[in-house]
Amino acid sequence: MRYLKLLTLFWQTSLAARMEYRTAFALAFLEAGLEAAGKLFGVYLFYANGFDLGGWRWQEALVVLGLASLLDAFFIGVFNPNLRRISEMVQDGTLDFVLLKPASSQFWVSVQQFAAEGVPFVLMSLGLLGYAGAVAGLDAAGWLRLGLGAAAALLLAYAVAFLFATTSIWFVKIFNVVYFLNTIVWTGQYPVQAYSRPFRLFMTFVLPVYFMTTAPAEVALARLPASWLLVVFAVAGGVLVLSRAFWRFALRFYASASS
Amino acid sequence: MAEALGPAVRAHNLRKVYRVAEKEPGFADTLRHFVRRRYREVEAVRGVSFVIEPGEIVGFLGANGAGKTTTLKMLTGLIYPSGGELEVLGHVPYRREAAFLRQITLVMGNKQQLIWDLPVLDSLRINAAVYEIDPAEARRRTRAFAELLEIEDILTQPVRKLSLGQRMKAELMASLFHLPRLLFLDEPTLGLDVNAQAAVRRFLRDYRERYGATILLTSHYMADIEALAERVLVIHRGALLYDGGLGGLVERFAPFKEVRLELAAPAEPAELAGFGEVAEASGRRVRLLVTKEGLTRTVAELLSRFEVRDLSVTEPPLEDVIARVFSEGRV
Ligand SMILES: Nc1ncnc2c1ncn2[C@@H]1O[C@H](COP(=O)(O)OP(=O)(O)OP(=O)(O)O)[C@@H](O)[C@H]1O
Ligand SMILES: [Mg+2]
Repeated sequence: MRYLKLLTLFWQTSLAARMEYRTAFALAFLEAGLEAAGKLFGVYLFYANGFDLGGWRWQEALVVLGLASLLDAFFIGVFNPNLRRISEMVQDGTLDFVLLKPASSQFWVSVQQFAAEGVPFVLMSLGLLGYAGAVAGLDAAGWLRLGLGAAAALLLAYAVAFLFATTSIWFVKIFNVVYFLNTIVWTGQYPVQAYSRPFRLFMTFVLPVYFMTTAPAEVALARLPASWLLVVFAVAGGVLVLSRAFWRFALRFYASASS
Repeated sequence: MAEALGPAVRAHNLRKVYRVAEKEPGFADTLRHFVRRRYREVEAVRGVSFVIEPGEIVGFLGANGAGKTTTLKMLTGLIYPSGGELEVLGHVPYRREAAFLRQITLVMGNKQQLIWDLPVLDSLRINAAVYEIDPAEARRRTRAFAELLEIEDILTQPVRKLSLGQRMKAELMASLFHLPRLLFLDEPTLGLDVNAQAAVRRFLRDYRERYGATILLTSHYMADIEALAERVLVIHRGALLYDGGLGGLVERFAPFKEVRLELAAPAEPAELAGFGEVAEASGRRVRLLVTKEGLTRTVAELLSRFEVRDLSVTEPPLEDVIARVFSEGRV
């Protein structure tokens, strides 16, 4: 309850702080809107003629793409700004103030910022998912599985990104890794079956991109049994627990920039 | 506020060693630094022990780099000690339990928690939510603190548009909003003008009286220490040199008085040297440091030897005493 209130406050203040600079805010928002539209057009060109991608019909592959663009939207709106902020806070020592607060420091540094530029992308990806689900012929249970799968995917993407961002306690300027991760997640825009075997293994076991897009889509489309949702959630939960433990471990090495 | 049993702070043989990468200037070394780093260990705090009882105000003195900030960071749980035992309000600080964090605060003169682009009130709202202060109570505190600090009229301005002094006052307000009973203040008056310094001191004294808080404060301005602290800890190169009253510090490190003379005619420093340490001799105005035992005899001799227009005997300025402690590094 307290955390929900905090989240609202964080996003309100973050938005307000950005809106202090009106022109920059308006431009960023406009640019994001155009870029989202551009991406959508690219998708239209690619999928409009229909094709078969590693055994997926294009309607099904579109669900995978929708999930990937939803993750991308969250990177833009939430993960990137927050995780970049972590390394800034390590650099100038203001992480001190977060650590002094009687609230989860991981929660604080993960959701403190909110970039409104993410909103057009979220809308676009929801639209894409809606269209894809409709043309792929999802039933009510399918939509539910898709929703749950998407939630698990977001959790997993967050946990992996946070795991990387945590290393800024040691390396300080590390946020490029988070952008790199963002790019990697984009490889999940196509079903893993479209990739060669070594890369497929990498995407499943090293960077679990498979569980972020292909697997939830497979569950939603009933290409996999619904019980696979549990697997997806288990992977997400596992990495989440790992990221918490790693954050606590890393804080032992926090030296707090000198003053 | 419940009274905790036992001391507010108990530190025993507290140590902190930092590992820092070394780098020489120049491009060749930059490359070397990039490929293979050389590390050096910096012993910032080496075996410090002290106890602070509830309700005390303790000044923490030391030259730049002595280890004051490092000690405060360990006491507040920001960094892990490399050794020793530490208990603050009955908690182990680095575990950072919520029950512990709710009772303490750390104010740093050179870092700020206020959101740069937004008014002070927005930052206070977040703090109210974190510490679960209900809105009516938050409003009451805002009013009371703002009045004490005389910053009622700036609370709705973006922080980036405040002066340094206004910002520091607002920072204090945000840091004390949850009414902590143990305050760690690291140079809270850094860079402030004399009036603002005095205002901050007044506020801290007031706060302490009202809430019975315990305070540990560092400052390079002796006026802060003299006005607030009853007891001082002096740290030198990571080791504790002195722990006791301010008067005792002067007694121990400066067992002399300052004699100020105004002479009728200029005197040579050589003529004065026999009477004590010459702190200043510019023409007719003279400042001498004279040991306490020899004071009356010396003054009598000075009066018979020179034609003295004016003479006064005072305690030496605390700054001088401290400078002496650090330059000699005596234990
Ligand atoms: N994060 C850090 N990493 C490495 N070394 C550090 C770090 N912080 C401080 N030091 C070193 O530890 C020693 C003590 O520093 P500290 O900041 O505690 O001094 P201080 O007494 O607060 O000094 P000042 O009066 O200048 O604030 C110094 O030699 C400093 O260089
Ligand atoms: Mg310091």
